[in-house]
Amino acid sequence: MILYDLALGPFAEFGFMRRALVGCLALSLGGGPIGTFLVIRRMSLMGDALSHAVLPGAALGFILGGLSLPAMSLGGAGAGLTVAFLSGLVTRLTPLREDASFAAFYLISLALGVLLVSTHGSNIDLLHLLFGSILAIDDAALVLIGAVASMSLLCLAVIWRPLVVECFDPGFLRVVGDRGGLVHTAFLALVVLNLVAAFQALGTLMAVGLMMLPAAAARFWVRELWSLSAASSALAFISGFLGLLLSYYLDLPSGPSIVLVAGLGYCISVLFGPRDSLRALYLANS
Amino acid sequence: MRGSAGDAVVLDNVTFAYDGHPAVHHLSGAFACGSLTAIVGPNGSGKSTLMKGIVGLLRPAGGLIRSAGRGRGGIAYLPQHGEIERRFPISVIQTVLLGHWRQMGWARGVTRELREEAQRALAAVGLNGFEERPIETLSAGQFQRVLFARLIVQDAELVLLDEPFAAVDERTSEHLLSLIVSWHREGRTVAAVLHDLDQVRAYFPKTLLLAREPVAWGPTREVLMPQNLRRARHLSEAWSGEAEHLGSISTSKPARLTRQSGSLRVNGNEDGPLCREGEERGRSVR
Repeated sequence: MILYDLALGPFAEFGFMRRALVGCLALSLGGGPIGTFLVIRRMSLMGDALSHAVLPGAALGFILGGLSLPAMSLGGAGAGLTVAFLSGLVTRLTPLREDASFAAFYLISLALGVLLVSTHGSNIDLLHLLFGSILAIDDAALVLIGAVASMSLLCLAVIWRPLVVECFDPGFLRVVGDRGGLVHTAFLALVVLNLVAAFQALGTLMAVGLMMLPAAAARFWVRELWSLSAASSALAFISGFLGLLLSYYLDLPSGPSIVLVAGLGYCISVLFGPRDSLRALYLANS
Repeated sequence: MRGSAGDAVVLDNVTFAYDGHPAVHHLSGAFACGSLTAIVGPNGSGKSTLMKGIVGLLRPAGGLIRSAGRGRGGIAYLPQHGEIERRFPISVIQTVLLGHWRQMGWARGVTRELREEAQRALAAVGLNGFEERPIETLSAGQFQRVLFARLIVQDAELVLLDEPFAAVDERTSEHLLSLIVSWHREGRTVAAVLHDLDQVRAYFPKTLLLAREPVAWGPTREVLMPQNLRRARHLSEAWSGEAEHLGSISTSKPARLTRQSGSLRVNGNEDGPLCREGEERGRSVR
């Protein structure tokens, strides 16, 4: 029973811990499949770029509306979608490759965001924006995260099949006359929305951690697309759960704790996972 | 506009360019309905570019392409080896079922008939019992057979194959070649990019010899005459030499093509399919 108290006690006792846990669950449900698609499309770093691109919009919302959730979320989503759109435009109109144009826009965006916050706010504000605080999630934030997660799952259910085909054989959709580009755009919008939901809790810099690390770890455990998505959601939630406990008992900041636990999960998966891990590849016959 | 009602694809003075450098230029001619054409030429002669242009993946910089494929049945296109993500987590039967895209679209279910048709196609390519195998476990030859099964399921009037036998073992290529010949017998229009001239002479009635410009297009025996092949080689030496020169001599500018947008219309559908609809034909697989 001691373990039970250690593991669940904090959540039973404190409302802010419960809200943080529910927030993690919602983020994991939406982020799992989206992270999986990012990994499979070799867009891992674009998720990172987009998470940084959210900053100036959130900062602008912060300057105009203070620490208000709607203002910062709207601003963040606007900035993220703008960067996604502009990068896509540059990729289509010039020979510059997609990853390079993403990098260019997110660096501009990040610098702009830091500039805005540091000239109009205090360093504490900047830290809050960059690293978030999942323990300060209120009911409004929880509703936003839950809404984004629900919408993401619904949207994914609708575009699942074309999205899969677009990753697997991008030419095919265009040859049979389907609008593959539309699916790509919708997917990028989902990425931005999930990052905006996550940045309340984890901050702009860490938002992508709960999305990518479990998805990258999952491929060392399972094979099919649905099981990859489910496994990354599960790994993300476990990381959130353990990370929150860690931050509670050791008095550590919650965002980095959660992402570090997810990172530990990734390292364990690379070393010992049943599929293609170092153990499976090199120690199988010894 | 050249071409008659009996043509599946008509090319009218078509030019493709990358960065202003011509990849294929001033190509005019037609693939007659029900014809079986080999497209041959030295490396870099624009064979794949032409394929991509006909299926609509590339826009011509000038000229006009009309194809019947955008109508009923569509175009079945086999991209070059390596353009499809072979490590993608998808099963063999799911890959073949993609051939039913026009029936299934984004969300419609897989009916028993569609599934049985896919299974028959798998049997036709000699992959009975491979339904649930993940494609990443297949050899290059087996994967090519899966893609051929998808082509069978697509049941298109116009079939375009980009190097169907590259990276494929000999037994597989013989089997796949027999499928191509059977499609020809069923009255479909088939064009394939190939390298083995003996194979072309033995099985392909028509040949297009391409070296960025058309060298010859017509009955295979006439096209593959020594003087034509010499001319193609000579032309290819000119452009590979040009590539070397470009590095050292900065003053010699390559001829730049200007966009002739006046007559640009890709895969125009306004005139309707060029092949007669509802042609009677025997089908070996369906």
